[in-house]
Amino acid sequence: MAQSSFLNFITKEFKHIFRDTRTLLIVLVMPVIQLLIFGFVISSEIKNANYAVLDYSNDYLTKRLVQRISSSGYFNFKGYLNSYGEIEKVFKNGDAKLVLIIGNNFSQKLQNDRFANYQVVTDASDPNTASILASYVQGIVNSFTTEYFGLTRQKERVSVQSRMLYNEEMNSAFMFVPGTMVLILMLVTAMMTSISITREKELGTMEILLVSPLKPWQIVVGKVIPYIGIAFTNVLVIILMGYTVFHLPLRGNMLLLLGVSSLFILLALSLGILISTLSKSQAVAMFISMFALMLPTILLSGFIFPIENMPKLLQWLSLIMPPRWFLSALKTIMIKGQGFQYVLKEVMVMIAMTLVFIGLSIKKFKVRLE
Amino acid sequence: MPAIQVTNLSKSYGEVKALSDVCLSVETGEMYGLIGPDGAGKTTLIRIIATLLLPDGGNARVLGLDTVSQYKELRGEIGYMPAVFSLYSDLTVQENLNFFAGIFGTTVKENYDLIKGVYHMLEPFKDRPAGKLSGGMKQKLALSCALIHRPKVLILDEPTTGVDAVSRMELWNLLHEIKNQGITIFVSTAYMDEAKQCDRVALIQKGTILGVNTPEGFAHMFPYKLFAVYASDIWKHSDAIRRLNACETAYMFGHSLHFATKSSNENADSLGQILKSIGIDAVVKEIDAGIEDYFIYQLSEK
Repeated sequence: MAQSSFLNFITKEFKHIFRDTRTLLIVLVMPVIQLLIFGFVISSEIKNANYAVLDYSNDYLTKRLVQRISSSGYFNFKGYLNSYGEIEKVFKNGDAKLVLIIGNNFSQKLQNDRFANYQVVTDASDPNTASILASYVQGIVNSFTTEYFGLTRQKERVSVQSRMLYNEEMNSAFMFVPGTMVLILMLVTAMMTSISITREKELGTMEILLVSPLKPWQIVVGKVIPYIGIAFTNVLVIILMGYTVFHLPLRGNMLLLLGVSSLFILLALSLGILISTLSKSQAVAMFISMFALMLPTILLSGFIFPIENMPKLLQWLSLIMPPRWFLSALKTIMIKGQGFQYVLKEVMVMIAMTLVFIGLSIKKFKVRLE
Repeated sequence: MPAIQVTNLSKSYGEVKALSDVCLSVETGEMYGLIGPDGAGKTTLIRIIATLLLPDGGNARVLGLDTVSQYKELRGEIGYMPAVFSLYSDLTVQENLNFFAGIFGTTVKENYDLIKGVYHMLEPFKDRPAGKLSGGMKQKLALSCALIHRPKVLILDEPTTGVDAVSRMELWNLLHEIKNQGITIFVSTAYMDEAKQCDRVALIQKGTILGVNTPEGFAHMFPYKLFAVYASDIWKHSDAIRRLNACETAYMFGHSLHFATKSSNENADSLGQILKSIGIDAVVKEIDAGIEDYFIYQLSEK
């Protein structure tokens, strides 16, 4: 009997989802849109940044240098400036993000003294972009001078060659695809399940379900199973879109990736169930989900702000944020292509969290009304 | 063994006493009414009996099972229909029925004979989403869903509230059919005229049971001589009538005014004279008190 009544319950839940256009939009269409928005709008890559040049040398070589920078693909040449005073003007007008100042007798000094001056001035009202731009220009200038005058300073100085391992091209998909996945899974599983369970309370149908032979776990599991399916579909769609649209390499083991994702889906579900046991109405469930789940997911998981840069207190706080562990595991597997032993800690933490949330939910689940 | 046995039940919400020391006993196969105004504690009592609320004191047993300690065994044996419409509005009539049959581990076909009376009326709308049904149809569907697993006891919380007069009558007819199948029915209502439909009635007010009796028994407990007064716009004179010495109590009852007097000397003629003396030209008839008269007397007494 339990078998058929349980199946019956799950079928009903699917009907709820597929008959409600809004729910359907949230669980199936929104993830795709969100990924596209993060991918195309919020991008940390720099392409075609405007720059200007204040050239005190104005010789053949410096012209070649400007050409080299302009043809790098990162920069878009906006013209020459006539005086130092104009720099502020172009920044304020937004005409340029960066100004390259080349000292006088640039090529002559390089040739004779093997040492010449240039300065990079950036508009640091957006500090991340500014520092990335500055380092790009320095890189180009260095390789340019090396090319023309040989390795100039190898005797005098230590030469630093930085490489951005695992993401040499600074492709921002590496950051937002895992991040979006975390966000979507939180939204679809934790928030939608907590809302769908509290909806039954609000409608009064929970009363009837309670006064039926269905066991509480059957009610809860029956309600969340459709969301497991939907969340898993989302994982597949996001990975596929990351691979095809955003050229994210899939370096790790696919099975491991899906396994860890499934674990996080369970974790998010158990959190959603816990929220539903704590809230009496859909509005409360929505509110808790928003403030207790979405904000920490965005702010404290390392999705947007690096955890290492946070104040100590927030770093500790981030330790209890489920998304932080998933994000970390996701990056390790997807981008570094590491195996299971490298995400063991994350997996253990997520399993522990799931058990705690389920335990609390069982304790808090009310077999009666209040 | 009574089907429902409630002993010294009490329940408070903070400072508010919802039930105090409630006792009642419902026999197997009985149609038992719980009648009282809004806020009397009907829903609280019903929810405790339906295992959905914990009492603060006392206990309730349904089919011999304690509603607190044996709630698991009890759930599934009872059919419960809450006061608010609690079905899935986005599922059709048919799907709701199948769903509730399913969670009780049965099928609509298996218990068709039990619900066929109700189902017959719903049949034309079986593919309509439950949310788009009329109030009466919704209640009939909810009744079918509560019945679908052939419960031994059916507990209904104000099934006729918000339903038109015709549908109310139809619902009561259905309840009688269900009762004839041997199912014990415990039903609450705020409509006093519905008391007549029940075998026995408990009158509840402010969380206390004022009395339990058959509808006729209650009617006989009315302590005064009662007259029905008919006149056009009689309600305009009710204040003046209440001030009369002979008048114990007077209230509008449908189109007439019910006039109760303590004095056994009064008859229809003498009362007509009295009314004439204060300028009311009315037709007066002596009548037997009904259960509603008793309720009005009881409820205004307290």
